[in-house]
Amino acid sequence: MSNVKYTDDHEWIKIEDDTAWIGITTYARHALGDLVFLELPEVGRQLNKGEDFAVVESVKAASEIYTPVTGEIVAVNDNLADNLDDLKEDLDKGWIVKVKVSNPEDLEGLMDKSSYDAFVEGLD
Amino acid sequence: MSNLAYNDNMDHMMSDAENFEDGNRGLHYEENLLWEKGHSDTPGVDLPSLKGTKSRTGQSERKNVGLPQVSEPQVMRHFVRLSTKNYSIDSGFFPLGSCTMKHNPRLNEKMARLKGFASIHPMQPTQTVQGALKVMYDLQNWLAELTGLPAVCLTPAAGAHGELAGIMTIRKAHEVQGNTHKDVILVPDSAHGTNPATAVMCGFKTRTISTKETGRVSVEAFKEALYKQDPEGKDVAGMMVTNPNTCGLFERDIQEITDLLHDAGGYFYCDGANFNALVGKIRPGDFGVDVMHINLHKTFSTPHGGGGPGSGPICVAPSLQDYMPSPVVLKEGTAYRLEEEGERETSCGRLRGFQGQFGMHVRALSYMMSHGADGLKQVSEDAVLNANYILSQLKDDYHAPFEGPCMHECLFTDKYQKEYDVTTLDIAKTLIEYGMHPMTVYFPLVVSGAMLVEPTETESKDALDRFISVMKMIAKKARSGDVTELHNYPKSTPRHRLDEVKAAREPKLRWKKGA
Repeated sequence: MSNVKYTDDHEWIKIEDDTAWIGITTYARHALGDLVFLELPEVGRQLNKGEDFAVVESVKAASEIYTPVTGEIVAVNDNLADNLDDLKEDLDKGWIVKVKVSNPEDLEGLMDKSSYDAFVEGLD
Repeated sequence: MSNLAYNDNMDHMMSDAENFEDGNRGLHYEENLLWEKGHSDTPGVDLPSLKGTKSRTGQSERKNVGLPQVSEPQVMRHFVRLSTKNYSIDSGFFPLGSCTMKHNPRLNEKMARLKGFASIHPMQPTQTVQGALKVMYDLQNWLAELTGLPAVCLTPAAGAHGELAGIMTIRKAHEVQGNTHKDVILVPDSAHGTNPATAVMCGFKTRTISTKETGRVSVEAFKEALYKQDPEGKDVAGMMVTNPNTCGLFERDIQEITDLLHDAGGYFYCDGANFNALVGKIRPGDFGVDVMHINLHKTFSTPHGGGGPGSGPICVAPSLQDYMPSPVVLKEGTAYRLEEEGERETSCGRLRGFQGQFGMHVRALSYMMSHGADGLKQVSEDAVLNANYILSQLKDDYHAPFEGPCMHECLFTDKYQKEYDVTTLDIAKTLIEYGMHPMTVYFPLVVSGAMLVEPTETESKDALDRFISVMKMIAKKARSGDVTELHNYPKSTPRHRLDEVKAAREPKLRWKKGA
């Protein structure tokens, strides 16, 4: 799928028109272990590229999730809070937020599937 | 039955004997609540039968109150058993990384119990507590000398409170100097979680400095963070760095980093949690620290954990002295007094009602005076030696992600064990089975499956060797491929491996009748 991009912080981004759906990758999900809590942001919040917008808590640690794009949160997947197992590379159910992208150039430099897989391969 | 969740996999594996309903094992008791123990029909006291009246309470007769009825021996056992559940440095080895769980010398306790210290009140007139004020004044001076930071406020009640005091001091300085554009605090990704939390509580934004490559803050990574939004780093109010850091490594480039930060107009807050590696050897003021908290309950051996209570004085450079919290203890002629409210106009104010954990001040000063300058130097030398001994003995069995030597704590990961499906959690749980408190696990976050071991200087070589042999045994067991036991430990505790996910997702926070 060519319209899905990846970050080196292990977020996936599905681009539909001017909206980015953001979730976390299977690798991230595996590294976190069993999840116990997800703190979600509110719709309408303005995000800057690189800012954290959600916190996912596992039995090991609490980790922030970062946005690779600047823009406004137009939707939040409230369903996830009670269905933590859906939080993975599931492009339909696993998205955390949808962000209206303000600067399309933010998407440049993100990895495609094959470069992300190679990146993960290089990690321990 | 207890409210604790069993690991489902465990149940069918245990024989009937192991599955015996109560969790009492080897004179370790699973202690139920008094509510679960008592029966309403077995009163704990025998009252003589009534003569000439039907009720002891007359008109206001009470119906079923439902209090548990327990006898005196039942009550005694209940509380004595509970008291034995508190694992502490006095019970055994406690190598919790970044926590400095060292022995608390009994001399400290003796000093703190002296009547003149133990029986005074913070609201007494200062002329009646000159000795206590002298203790605080002397402690301020010792801390100033050891850190190279001349101004000291003893008030903060814990490490995180000290952090808050430090960042409030920095905020006040920027406020007074009109630097409203400075709203970013730089924090390395290896930092204690309290660092970014403190910055955010004080209204700053945090920006992460990556240390992933070497475990240290490199000049390049620092510059990248410093100049990220502004070519001169004008938006940066300060940085919070722990040195040595939570990977147990000394930040070698700290001088150059501090110079760059100061050129950009930022202040350097140093997290003093790991001061045990430096005390008596180097003075943080000499590598450019502007404000630093000290955990008296770590480096200076006052009780730690389970409500210690902690004590987190801050030591401040002349650059920030005017802004730090009040009160400090002042000496005029031969008399001591507390700084008055508003005496230092630009102070960020009081942190709490009184003057801090005075009992801890006595203990810390007692520790310093009984060790002396040479003794404190040996403390850090031995702490570093012990950690390096463990690192050298275990680095073939456990992956050490960063090159040694380390400072007062050493970092391993479960990389080698993961190949056999054994994780840091399994290793920690097995240590419990073998009578040791686990090290810090899954922190710092910069490596996967972290195990951070801080033996401290107060452990004997025998204690270190025992820990090393248990760790080697675990590694060997993992390599053998027969890992079922490692997945199921601890087994000799009243409850075995708990389902931590279920406990976190569905916590039962209070007892309910019949639940």
